[in-house]
Amino acid sequence: MNADAINDIAARHPDAFRRSLWKRYAAPIGILLCILYTFYCSWFFSIAIVLGKANWNLASAYLADWVSYEIRPDIEFKDNYLTIDYSRFSKLGSNPNPDWVTKEMAVIERRVEAAPAPAIATNKSSQDSFMAPGAPTAESPAALSGQSVPAAPETVRENAVVAAAVAFGNGRIAITPNLVTVTRGAESVIFDIVKDNSVTPRTPLPDWIEQRKPGSTAYVSFGFLGRAEVQNDEVVAWRRFFGWANFVFDTNSPFWGKPFGEVASLIVSGARIDPSRSNAALAWDNVLNNAEWQHGDVWLKLLQTIVMAFVGTVLASIVAFPLAFLAARNITPSRIANQATKRFFDFQRSVDMLIWALFFTRGFGPGPLAGISAIFFTDTGTLGKLYSEALENIDDKQREGIRSVGAAPAIVQRYGVLPQVLPVFLSQSLYFWESNTRSATIIGAVGAGGIGLKLWEAMRTNTNWANVFYMVLLILLVVFIFDNISSYLRRKLMGDVGNGSDERPARLLPPAQIA
Amino acid sequence: MSATEVYRAPALSPEGAAVERHWRDLAARRRLYTIGGLVFLFLALSGSLWFANETNAGKFFDRLPYVADFFTELKPRDWFDPVRALLDLSSPYDDGSLKFDYPEGRVYLTQSIYIPEYFYRMIETLNIALFSTLVGSTFGFLLCFLAAGNITASRWIRFATRRFLEIVRAFPEIVIAGFFLAIFSLGPIPAILAVSIHTVGALGKMFFEVVENADMKPEEGLRAVGANWVERVWFGIVPQVLPNFMSYFLLRFEINVRASTILGAVGAGGIGESLRLSIGRGHEAKTIAIVFLLFCTIVAVDQFSAWLRHRLVGRQAFAYGRGE
Repeated sequence: MNADAINDIAARHPDAFRRSLWKRYAAPIGILLCILYTFYCSWFFSIAIVLGKANWNLASAYLADWVSYEIRPDIEFKDNYLTIDYSRFSKLGSNPNPDWVTKEMAVIERRVEAAPAPAIATNKSSQDSFMAPGAPTAESPAALSGQSVPAAPETVRENAVVAAAVAFGNGRIAITPNLVTVTRGAESVIFDIVKDNSVTPRTPLPDWIEQRKPGSTAYVSFGFLGRAEVQNDEVVAWRRFFGWANFVFDTNSPFWGKPFGEVASLIVSGARIDPSRSNAALAWDNVLNNAEWQHGDVWLKLLQTIVMAFVGTVLASIVAFPLAFLAARNITPSRIANQATKRFFDFQRSVDMLIWALFFTRGFGPGPLAGISAIFFTDTGTLGKLYSEALENIDDKQREGIRSVGAAPAIVQRYGVLPQVLPVFLSQSLYFWESNTRSATIIGAVGAGGIGLKLWEAMRTNTNWANVFYMVLLILLVVFIFDNISSYLRRKLMGDVGNGSDERPARLLPPAQIA
Repeated sequence: MSATEVYRAPALSPEGAAVERHWRDLAARRRLYTIGGLVFLFLALSGSLWFANETNAGKFFDRLPYVADFFTELKPRDWFDPVRALLDLSSPYDDGSLKFDYPEGRVYLTQSIYIPEYFYRMIETLNIALFSTLVGSTFGFLLCFLAAGNITASRWIRFATRRFLEIVRAFPEIVIAGFFLAIFSLGPIPAILAVSIHTVGALGKMFFEVVENADMKPEEGLRAVGANWVERVWFGIVPQVLPNFMSYFLLRFEINVRASTILGAVGAGGIGESLRLSIGRGHEAKTIAIVFLLFCTIVAVDQFSAWLRHRLVGRQAFAYGRGE
């Protein structure tokens, strides 16, 4: 193609080659504006600063918490022995003895204060550092000058832990009262511990161990498997396990820790654990009242959210239905009635669902009534508007036909109007039912009850991310089920009006409503 | 059913009678289904209402006389007070309490010019909404072509993109916001992220449906002259779908203004937070001022967006399928 031909084409199609300045530069100008606006927003919200300050380690830990849990053995250094302690409500039950913590026992001699607390002296339980502040102070002169009976220290011989090791997959922490050996893969570091004073590595630290000051606590990372802190008086390990701990039965349940087959046989044919009720009832009660997962409460709150969306949408549809006839100018000839109803709809729509939710939470107290009212008030406006638009777009011929045979006004509406709009009405209500199932979760969090509030409370503690994920999965499941019910019903109602395939919405509907 | 009585009068041929009988059967079954459906709906509704009432903190009929109390308590000391609250003018009732400290929230631009607090919060909320709509639509724009059956041939890419968009859309915004609140602490960034992520899913779906309904002839022409995938999409598809994309963008912006208000109320800043605080503390003049401002803004945003959408795509804005 030579230059003449090109010029010729350009001359024949001036609209394609010599477009107005605006048309030519609209796209770059638009993109430029978007970029400028992005810069403005990053300044306005100081995005860079916030992102820089954010604690990204926290983020990955929280994300890991969604699908895993940590168990924290706390190994404390004593003079010549160790104590192993688990957090109070450990997921391993009241007397944990996991196989990834190995212990070496030996008979040792130790000095204890004699008189005031004999229980402590004999019971070398894991809690004694916590329960008996007297014991370690036996060495200190302060205890001797205390007001309490100055008891002479006495020597006890007993069996105690002298060495322990915590396994982290291919990593391992071996602990003795004055020496801690940390191994990960092929690398290994030995720390000398001077009790209550310092932690000193013998070799330079690899990058998975951090010590901020010489002699201070060393932070050890084992990746997903966990982490540990080597302190000058104890070693704290966080061992992470994949999965949800105690999802069915919590540690207080008699069924806890038993394999599935055993639980099943107990329920079906075992002797009654609780004489007052059957094992099945006990098991069900234990599941519902699982202290960690609160299944009963979560399901109740989820049902509240479902009920909020359902009742709110149904009531809004029922109220919007007659009002829409009043608002449609081809149905009600009075302009005043049309305008008044339409402005009323606009008012309800424009007062945010949040405002209604906050108002009614004040009115009814937290719970589904507030949520129902909020959804009801907002959606009466929106549905009323959509209904009246559908009414204004009807085909007038059918109405005319019914009227021409002398039918009463109500009959004209019933047979001339309703058959045309009812599928559209129902279909729109179904859309709102779907989208309200989602909104109900959100307004729940501002106090309108339901799973939203529960979810929000669980998130604010920052420790129950597994519960959050559990609730999210339940919500996703519910939304998924209702989406399918609703789109099935819609397809049935609209027949071939919707394009049918791949859940595409029907043509008559404004897609604004598909949240 | 008087109408059917009239039509039975003329004698029907045997075939006509069979059709009539069949129609009656159908009508009877249909009526049965309708009544059954209504009964089911009624039962479900009454059951749900009972359940809602039982599990609510206050019972409906116990609380009903007091619901209106809240609105009567909203009456300010005088009707000019909400105006003062709105414009941050000092109030004659100022007793040093939080209730009447209107000038406290002024955001000074210069020594003497200030933006009243609630206007500033409203701007913040609008910015959250607009910025997250922008971010969300950018990613939605990039992803929608991968999800469209007429653009992306690979079933796996399409499947993966669509499922991704679905999950992102269904994931509750509140959870995303809560998660990022834990990382970034209080402020608007979690709200921006939550709304953006949700917008990616919502707009991505809308966009790819538009793309699937696009006219493929320009694309074919470009393919004939050897254009690559990006060129075909950019010159063949984008120009025809852009107006519809813009109008979906505007619709989404309307929705996001509401969403960011709600997220504000749970700690993400903006006007939502001010509203929750003032309602919770019983500051009537402030509450009225905020509700008024919020109402006006939402009406204005809706009107503006409706006007712009009308200009962009005209009346046929949302016709699915072409040439119908």
